[in-house]
Amino acid sequence: MTGGLLFASVGVILFAMGVAGVLLLGHLLRRILAFNIMGSGTFLVLVALAQRNGIADPVPQAMVLTGIVVAVAATALALALARRLYVLTGKLELSQDDEE
Amino acid sequence: MMVWLILLPLLWASLAFMLGPSRGVWLSIVGLAAQLWLAFALAAEIVGSGAAMHAVGGWGAPLGIDLVADGLSAAMLLLTQCIALPLAVYAHAYFKRDDPATTYFWPLVGFLLAGLNALFLSTDLFNIYVTLELLGLAAVGLVAAGGGAQQIAAALRYLFATLVGSGAYLLGVALIYGTYGTVSTVTLVSLIGADAPDLVWIAGGLMVLGLMLKTALFPFHFWLPPAHGGAPAPVSALLSAVVVKASFYLVLRLWIGPFSSLTVVASLVVWFPALLGTLAVFWGSYQAIRAERLKMLIAYSTVAQLGYLFLIFPLLASAGALQAGIMQAFAHGLAKAAMFAAAGTLIKATGQEMVAGLAGVAERLPVTLFAFGLAGITLMGLPPSAGFLAKWQLIELALSQQHWVIAFVVLVGGLLAAVYVFRVLRQAFLLAPAGSVVTPVPRTLEWTAFGLAAASVLLGLRGVELMQLVGVT
Repeated sequence: MTGGLLFASVGVILFAMGVAGVLLLGHLLRRILAFNIMGSGTFLVLVALAQRNGIADPVPQAMVLTGIVVAVAATALALALARRLYVLTGKLELSQDDEE
Repeated sequence: MMVWLILLPLLWASLAFMLGPSRGVWLSIVGLAAQLWLAFALAAEIVGSGAAMHAVGGWGAPLGIDLVADGLSAAMLLLTQCIALPLAVYAHAYFKRDDPATTYFWPLVGFLLAGLNALFLSTDLFNIYVTLELLGLAAVGLVAAGGGAQQIAAALRYLFATLVGSGAYLLGVALIYGTYGTVSTVTLVSLIGADAPDLVWIAGGLMVLGLMLKTALFPFHFWLPPAHGGAPAPVSALLSAVVVKASFYLVLRLWIGPFSSLTVVASLVVWFPALLGTLAVFWGSYQAIRAERLKMLIAYSTVAQLGYLFLIFPLLASAGALQAGIMQAFAHGLAKAAMFAAAGTLIKATGQEMVAGLAGVAERLPVTLFAFGLAGITLMGLPPSAGFLAKWQLIELALSQQHWVIAFVVLVGGLLAAVYVFRVLRQAFLLAPAGSVVTPVPRTLEWTAFGLAAASVLLGLRGVELMQLVGVT
């Protein structure tokens, strides 16, 4: 197994862990962190797979930079909403019973 | 022209943001009117001379990003602008001057439209990811704009769903780039052959599933009713009418574009979206029939109507299936915008959120109720509405290929839609209980909803032009 494939496999595992966390965890901060792990996993796959004969490809690195900007924006929005929810309800969890 | 469809909303959104909270109404409406004109001009140009292309900054693919407008994207652009302009006029009349929901309403709408327009024009898988996120974040901001605890919770649930959806999509893009070294959809069409490695199948699965989650296709619809049902009426209308269609458009684009050779090899795979679509039609209609809150009823009706869009996948091999799908997208988009707008007016006037609280509105708000009824006609698929045309074509195609199931689902879905539409109408025609108060509402609210509803019915008479536009490649 080459280094690139090893990193890509780790990336896939991180992605799966992140998705499981976003879907299954209750605490909002944990879910936001899980989303970031999910994103990091994807970025790892993107960079690791795109090596040709050991030479790094610059295009996916530019994509990852863009992806990080998007992830930061999404995290900031999620944190702002979570904080607002805490101010309003005093809880940092989404209750299950408000779905009709 | 294409570039201005993306730059213009970005421009007025940024200006509206700089003007300060709740400002920039007229700026936005003028911008939207210009966009509508641009979308019509683009469509006319494409019908005349075929698909148009623009290399952003003079850099073509594979290094740069190409924007391509063909019939499909021009039609979706047209739909988006046609719905956004009347809804902006509606929103201006709907919100009170000091309503906290309007603080960032106009900038967010602008960014949402920029994301949508860029998404419809992009031919670069990664650029599409960026537009998906722009769209998703702006939409979450709009859902949260009301500021109540329930709206914030709905916005968070929506945010997590949309992030997981685009995360899965991005992982798919990473695998595709790792395999082929390109993200241009045009180049990928010829690269992905029937003998594609397993990794490409996984990538395709991840991308399609992620986008289905964002489209709220059953069983991924859990986030839609609270988000669309809880947001302020103009926001619900915009989200239900166009935003969920964007990810459907992408599934369709990928399906008939880069992944077309995969779907030919595995002929059973076409039944997967159709099966989920069928379940969506039944489950969404059932929940709409049971719903007690008016806006929840309409939101579940969206879940059901989105199901029809996915019924076209087994039929895509024959000509006309694409047209039927886009016609359904138009019919539902216009009708659902009208329905949410009418519901917003009814709720504002009566102060009642429940279906049961609507007694007597037929007498007091006839125009709004008529708009609701017209939109209902489109959802049920009665002639001459656009919904009728879409369903007629779908049934005809299904029967010509012996797929009786699809024709059956379309017919039963229409009947179920009639049940929940008539539930509302029946209640509206009851006598108002003594002592109920109906506060007067601005005329604009009534007539914009009516205009949208009338458009959804009358489009059926001009269906040929639309189908001709969709056919341009």
